[in-house]
Amino acid sequence: MPKAPAPGGADSPPAPPRLELTDITKRFGPLLANDRINLSGNRQSIHAVLGENGAGKSTLMNILFGLYQPDGGQIRIDGRRTTIASPRHALALGIGMVHQHFMQVPTLSVIENIVLGGRGSGVGRKRHGRRIAALAEQFGFDIDLDARIGQLPIGMQQRAEILKLLYHEAEILILDEPTSVLTPVEIDPFFDVLRNLRGAGKTVLLITHKMDEVMAVADRVTVLRHGRVMTSVTTAETTPAHLVELMVGRGIAPLPRRDDGRRGPAFLSLDRVSAVNDRGTPALQDVSLTVHQGEILAIAGVDGNGQSELAEVITGLRPLAGGAIAAGGRNLDGVSVAARRHEVGIGYIPEDRQRTGLVLTHSIAWNTVLRAFWRHPFARAGLLRPRRIRDHAIRLVDRFDVRLQSIDQEARVLSGGNQQKVIVARELDGRPRVLVVAQPTKGLDVGAIDFVQRHLLEERDRGAAILYISTELEHLLDVADRVGVLFRGRLVALMDRAEATSVRIGAAMAGLADAAEASAVTDGVP
Amino acid sequence: MTGILHGLAMLRGLWAVAAALLVGAGLIVAAGADPIEAYLALFEGAFVDYWGLASTLTKACPLILCGLAVALPLRAGLFNIGAEGQLYMGALAGTLVALLVPGLPGPVHILLCVLAGAAGGALWALIPALLRAYQNVNELITTLLLNFVALHFTGFIVSGPLEEPGAPYPYSPEIPVSTMLPVLLPRTDAHIGLVVAVVLAIVIFLAFRRSTAGRSLAIIGQNVQAARYAGIPVRRTMIVAFLVAGAMAGMAGIFEVLGFRFRLFHAFSPGYGYDGIVVAFLAGLSPLLTVVSGLFLAGLRSGAGALQRAVGVETTVVEAIQGLVILFVAVGLAVQIRNATRSKAMPPAAEPAADEPRP
Repeated sequence: MPKAPAPGGADSPPAPPRLELTDITKRFGPLLANDRINLSGNRQSIHAVLGENGAGKSTLMNILFGLYQPDGGQIRIDGRRTTIASPRHALALGIGMVHQHFMQVPTLSVIENIVLGGRGSGVGRKRHGRRIAALAEQFGFDIDLDARIGQLPIGMQQRAEILKLLYHEAEILILDEPTSVLTPVEIDPFFDVLRNLRGAGKTVLLITHKMDEVMAVADRVTVLRHGRVMTSVTTAETTPAHLVELMVGRGIAPLPRRDDGRRGPAFLSLDRVSAVNDRGTPALQDVSLTVHQGEILAIAGVDGNGQSELAEVITGLRPLAGGAIAAGGRNLDGVSVAARRHEVGIGYIPEDRQRTGLVLTHSIAWNTVLRAFWRHPFARAGLLRPRRIRDHAIRLVDRFDVRLQSIDQEARVLSGGNQQKVIVARELDGRPRVLVVAQPTKGLDVGAIDFVQRHLLEERDRGAAILYISTELEHLLDVADRVGVLFRGRLVALMDRAEATSVRIGAAMAGLADAAEASAVTDGVP
Repeated sequence: MTGILHGLAMLRGLWAVAAALLVGAGLIVAAGADPIEAYLALFEGAFVDYWGLASTLTKACPLILCGLAVALPLRAGLFNIGAEGQLYMGALAGTLVALLVPGLPGPVHILLCVLAGAAGGALWALIPALLRAYQNVNELITTLLLNFVALHFTGFIVSGPLEEPGAPYPYSPEIPVSTMLPVLLPRTDAHIGLVVAVVLAIVIFLAFRRSTAGRSLAIIGQNVQAARYAGIPVRRTMIVAFLVAGAMAGMAGIFEVLGFRFRLFHAFSPGYGYDGIVVAFLAGLSPLLTVVSGLFLAGLRSGAGALQRAVGVETTVVEAIQGLVILFVAVGLAVQIRNATRSKAMPPAAEPAADEPRP
């Protein structure tokens, strides 16, 4: 690893690391979010901080960024002990952060966004422009500085964020799950950006839960679990399997594979389906596909290319603008959400589990019957039967291993993984014939992802027709039997799992699929 | 669990009342009287004195019904500021039945009048309900504005087609004696409308707890998106909630005619529909507590005269106290909402594996 030049004479001690955290502790009520965490970041290095949701990564980074004050421990920057009072102060100390959700004004240009709120804003835009252009050049950022930021692809917006930090002379750059917003084809160029930053002497802290990223770009990795440092090693002296074990606390067996193409008859079919989004603009155009019983048809795509609308037209939450949907030979036109759930047997695990899938302020027990409380056996003649509801809830949380103190707790106190378990339990109960699953693994930790995926595979083997919509390619490929790709509301690719390489899918996701091929995608719909 | 929550809600109401009475005591002192003596007189005049109690019960009937008309749609997150207008339309529809349908035996006639009153209020509430359900027009504004339409429409009817000949003020002819409501307390105005109001409060309380419709309202009130996902017919449920609320307010109107005034007067309501908002919030939106808060506000009004007679302080002090109650209820709500948003920002305490807090 390259060493920073040591200041002073030959006999002076080596330069202190640029960033050094000692015994950082942060408590939220009874929860110890950070427990005596030690972490150091050298100049010219990329340091990955790896951990599941709830491991304490975000808390630690928010301490570094001045949003939280630690309850104990020390922060040293270039060897000097410091307290970081606020995000502004952090930036003054040379610490910059790129959040998962960018803090940008979409209608302003890249340059304006970079200058906004910073030193000397408003004076001499030309001079700023020249400096920013020079920085972009220096770090090899290929970006149109005069474009409105809202019109740039998300990868470019991310570069603008990084450029902003460089412009404000940040030496320590914290990147929070930076690849979660990128398409597969944007990831490699992004890694080059990180390497350029390292080459320029910056200290990069990469917050992630993805193993392959750590192995690909980081020099060093610190694994957090339950708020504690499990290990801190160079990537050269560790393996992905070992890191997973430290991160999760146990080994995760690979999911069973099934490549024999075994599947039942066609069950759910979409014929030239079109729909508009909430703003009234076309979101789905002429989508035709068929899902067979005992099959997982996975739909990949960058977020916002019609996936939500696809799930909603099938489950009855969004009207069709054209085309037809049928399940088991029954045309679903005019069939209500409730009838699709209970008569047709369409289970739906929605994308937004907190705002759609659950009523967070209601008890877990009520949430287990959210989509059936008015029906037998939970009600009779319009009156609820609380004991049956409780019995049902207890049975479900037991069977699906939801970790809770009581079914009377509000759903909001559950962790993300356990919230998803409640939804999965509810939707899988009663043997649905169709499952529409949207972003089932998003934001979940490794253990919970494994749980969800295994249950979906079980449902498939039982004979359910499953439409699995996800932007997370690695998880999608773990369970898919076939893979389709949505791009700008059209199904631009459809392939068997064996042909579905991430390169091919990535190209289709980015809209690079051959136009002739794209228009030819049909799925044997009569 | 819900019992504790309701208790807390009532406690908040009690705090608001206590704070209002305390500030009111200051006003009474400033006016040169003894606040303890004044409040004792107020209490006696409202709840101990026979005629005073009767007056309290008479006023409590429309207050409780209008409180329910506000509390019920709020369960689903819908604001009904239109109880006042629904009250007028109910009074009008019921009065028409009382005056224009002849030759029925008394009890049947009364029942028909009450049903017509409920229907009148419900139909008036249907307008904002449909606008909200199908066009997403803010119900807060439409219900409020329709109040003025209803007020002036009834005013027009009783100063024209339905005016008592030779009346010095716009009002209708007197309703037949057979349609006048039986009284609760002999020789007073207190009528059995209050009993109906209390029974309806209990029914709505039970419906909130035990019926699937109450459950649907609660889910819609917390999270419309989840309600649609659940398969609850959101529009239909919203419309039904408004219809029931309108029926409550409409009954408040017709009871006022059949049990107390015996004519439909122009602008007869002293703002019962608006006071219903105070009643509902003071009760923490609980239907049962609506009865308590309705009686309390009615008592404030009917005891005001006694207070003035006893210590010589203007009845405006009582109006000030009523205003202060509203103010402190609002403060309590604001604090509660702020705490709720804060507790959401904090990590959940019970779950060690919970997601990390984000700023």
